[in-house]
Amino acid sequence: MLFKTLFAGHERGGLIVMLAIVLMLLWVSIGNLAVPASSSWHVSTYTVTILGKFLTYALLAVSIDLIWGYAGILSLGHGAFFALGGYAMGMYLMREIGDRGQYGNPNLPDFMVFLNWHELPWYWYGFDHFWFAALMVLLVPGILAGLFGWLAFRSKVSGVYFAIITQALTYALMLAFFRNEMGFGGNNGLTDFKDILGFSITENSTRVGLFVASGIALILGYFIAQAIVRSRFGRVLVAIRDAEPRTRACGYPVAQYKLVVFVISAMLAAVAGALYVPQVGIINPGEFSPLSSIEAVAWVATGGRGSLFGPIIGAFAVNYSKTQLTTLAPDLWPFVLGGLFILVTVFLPKGLISLLGRRKKPVEESETMVINKAIKQETSVAADRKTEVL
Amino acid sequence: MTNHTRNHPQSSAAPIGLKRFRRWIAPILTLCLLLGATLPISVAQADPASPSLAAGSPTVSAIASDDAMTRSQAIKALILQPPAGAADVLHALDRGMLYVTAKPVARLGIADAAGKISAIDSDEILGNTSDAQWQPVSINNVIRIQLRPRLDLMALASPDVSKRRDAAQDLFSARLTPDYIHEIKALEPKIKDADVQANLRKLVAGFELNDADPKVRLAAIADVADALDPEIRAKLANLASNDNDPAVKAAAAKTLDAINTRVAGWQFLQNLVFGLSLGSVLLLAAIGLAITFGVMGVINMAHGEMMMIGAYTTWLLQQLMPNHLTAALFLAIPSAFLAAGIIGMAIERGLIRFLYGRPLETLLATFGLSLMLQQAARIIFTPLNRAVALPDFMSNSWVVNPVFAITYNRLYILIFSLTVFFGLLLLLKRSTFGLRIRAVAQNRAMARACGVRSNWIDALTFGLGSGIAGIAGVALAQITNVGPNLGQSYIVDSFMVVVLGGVGNLWGTLVAGMGIGVLNKFLEPYSGAVLAKVVVLVLVILVIQKRPRGLFPQKGRAAEE
Repeated sequence: MLFKTLFAGHERGGLIVMLAIVLMLLWVSIGNLAVPASSSWHVSTYTVTILGKFLTYALLAVSIDLIWGYAGILSLGHGAFFALGGYAMGMYLMREIGDRGQYGNPNLPDFMVFLNWHELPWYWYGFDHFWFAALMVLLVPGILAGLFGWLAFRSKVSGVYFAIITQALTYALMLAFFRNEMGFGGNNGLTDFKDILGFSITENSTRVGLFVASGIALILGYFIAQAIVRSRFGRVLVAIRDAEPRTRACGYPVAQYKLVVFVISAMLAAVAGALYVPQVGIINPGEFSPLSSIEAVAWVATGGRGSLFGPIIGAFAVNYSKTQLTTLAPDLWPFVLGGLFILVTVFLPKGLISLLGRRKKPVEESETMVINKAIKQETSVAADRKTEVL
Repeated sequence: MTNHTRNHPQSSAAPIGLKRFRRWIAPILTLCLLLGATLPISVAQADPASPSLAAGSPTVSAIASDDAMTRSQAIKALILQPPAGAADVLHALDRGMLYVTAKPVARLGIADAAGKISAIDSDEILGNTSDAQWQPVSINNVIRIQLRPRLDLMALASPDVSKRRDAAQDLFSARLTPDYIHEIKALEPKIKDADVQANLRKLVAGFELNDADPKVRLAAIADVADALDPEIRAKLANLASNDNDPAVKAAAAKTLDAINTRVAGWQFLQNLVFGLSLGSVLLLAAIGLAITFGVMGVINMAHGEMMMIGAYTTWLLQQLMPNHLTAALFLAIPSAFLAAGIIGMAIERGLIRFLYGRPLETLLATFGLSLMLQQAARIIFTPLNRAVALPDFMSNSWVVNPVFAITYNRLYILIFSLTVFFGLLLLLKRSTFGLRIRAVAQNRAMARACGVRSNWIDALTFGLGSGIAGIAGVALAQITNVGPNLGQSYIVDSFMVVVLGGVGNLWGTLVAGMGIGVLNKFLEPYSGAVLAKVVVLVLVILVIQKRPRGLFPQKGRAAEE
């Protein structure tokens, strides 16, 4: 059964990408840890961190593709779940600092001492333990997504309306987290982390460990998403995407299907955020900005939505060129990114993966879509004729 | 006032050094001044006892003396009982431009910016500030605090009514000695401007609230019954809780209650107007979006950049004609409309028309466009924020009373946004162009069948929406700095306004914009500005859950799509 799910039909592209990721994990970890720094085969720690960051971005992209590509839910606020996961991890890392902070206070993080706080706020309790933080990484974004999705899907908020209110959600969270009174470090966010699970965060081996963990999370996330979209549940999602009223009329509880996949997607995004924070060493409210969420959607669109592995390629391609260009010609980067959005949406609606040779369409167009298209064409042709006559 | 005294023929004719005539000249001078004065009242009434400023007079000698005590006493006397023609001297003293010399005879001089010292009563040049014999007359803060009200009192006699008003206002915040209060009380009935007079009466009454005599206090309470000033309210509150006399206590409490009710009313009005002002900015930003998103169904993430283009147009025009700020502003409105409108049409023809029926792709493509436009602005105009200077009629604020004031730029923007709104409504509902826009929006195929060139209408509609965004940029430039990120900060808000109001419904946009603005301002006192915004966003999200098509959804067949 599992075997069938993994190797069914046209998942070859996905398997190739997974294989490439495994190879990258091996090459980078060996290249960084086993190969001496003098060798030209050595992989620098900087590269490890950058690639680790890309892996978490890729997981975020997969989580967006799961809802956008398969259920037709465009969230412009997925960065919020990513950031919430990051904050949960950041809080654990802050507690790990203990009395090694600037102020040497064993009970309070530096920024609270700085703000003249005397007690740890109740919502910081428990973050001394990794297991608790890990649980929160899943629970907090999951509950928020559940609540938000329940409200939205129940009242049939969909399409661009949903996109806009998710954008408002992340915007509201950003404004809230910018406030010092929230107790999450305000503008500066959480930073100055020392170690994770007892391992120093600046150590090479820890970095490689986090990198490998991100890779494994991505592979697991991919297969979970794959299993979902290949299941009967996933088939219903595609039906909802293509003809929501008809699916509803067929008796499927559309809102519940959407809610479940939205929550799973939010949790995947949160895991990505939790792995992102220890690697970049900081989490601040900027992660909540609507811009970062839209950028993440752009990776998915660039790679090719509705394929799950396309977004991974998209995340790597866009972010690699971003890193390269922002060092080479920082002024040009916005033009390239903006141009990429336009080119992809106008000329490559199926994303970069449609360039990669002959492959089946990610998910076949459903009957309704084909019929709708035919009707549209007919009417426009008829209308054109009318204009000519007039 | 200054020129009157300085160029008076009598005073300039006075020969220097003829000491025995000095005693005569001072009263004559005053008389001439009084007779010849065109001033509404004469504040500087010199009585025989007032100090003289003539060269060699005891006061001047005292000011020239080495003893600090003597000096400051002479200056105090001068301030308390200024002789006629002392206004120039006192102003110079305030600015640190008054100089004194002891040799050959003690006399005062006023320095100008170039350092030349001229006589106080003629244009005669006496020396230079660099001369060793001339010393600046310096004063400490204690004296300065006494000097300022004197200058204000003198300004009450100014022929310029705005100066008289300012002076009365300044007196209000000054620390006044009882002497001054008596002087103001004596002066008050003679004031001709009703508002200045009322202000002074309030001022005197405010002091008399602390009088030892309960009767005076009671009368003063009656006098301040319609005052809204925080200082007077504080004094009343003090009387209401601490006064020994029960009658005064009760009267103070009653008056304070009445005042507080009115203050609360004004504050409510203030919040309302501020909210409407904020709402009008949101409305301006959202109206264009209501066209492109609401009527055409195009999600234009570059809408904010259309506002940015409008704002930069305003700035550019102002750079081109820095001496005609008002003209530049009025020219900016059509220019910004055209600039943003033409760019908008180019965007529609070049990009958006390929993406009709794919709203999510449109969103991404226009977002890419917005990144490029922002970067273009950053390269062309540098990333620095530019400040647009306000023309005179837009600066300052309209102060109704101490608890209610609104800046003119906000007021005009409120009026402006309503004008744009109703203009657009008229265009859509009453013009052929508007008819065509609505026809294409409702049923494209049928509109085309009736001979409407729908492609053109698409381009023009998008141009109209973008042009209005450009106009919004002109208004935004009047209240914030112009920079590449100007539009970005409004994009989320404007989408919320359109979605909350109901897509395709201009009235809904008006209600939503104003509603969000007012709600924001009423929440601010309780939660602070940022949290108020968060609360409003959450509320809007919740409202959309309840009414997914906005507060005023479209009805009928068009709503099905």
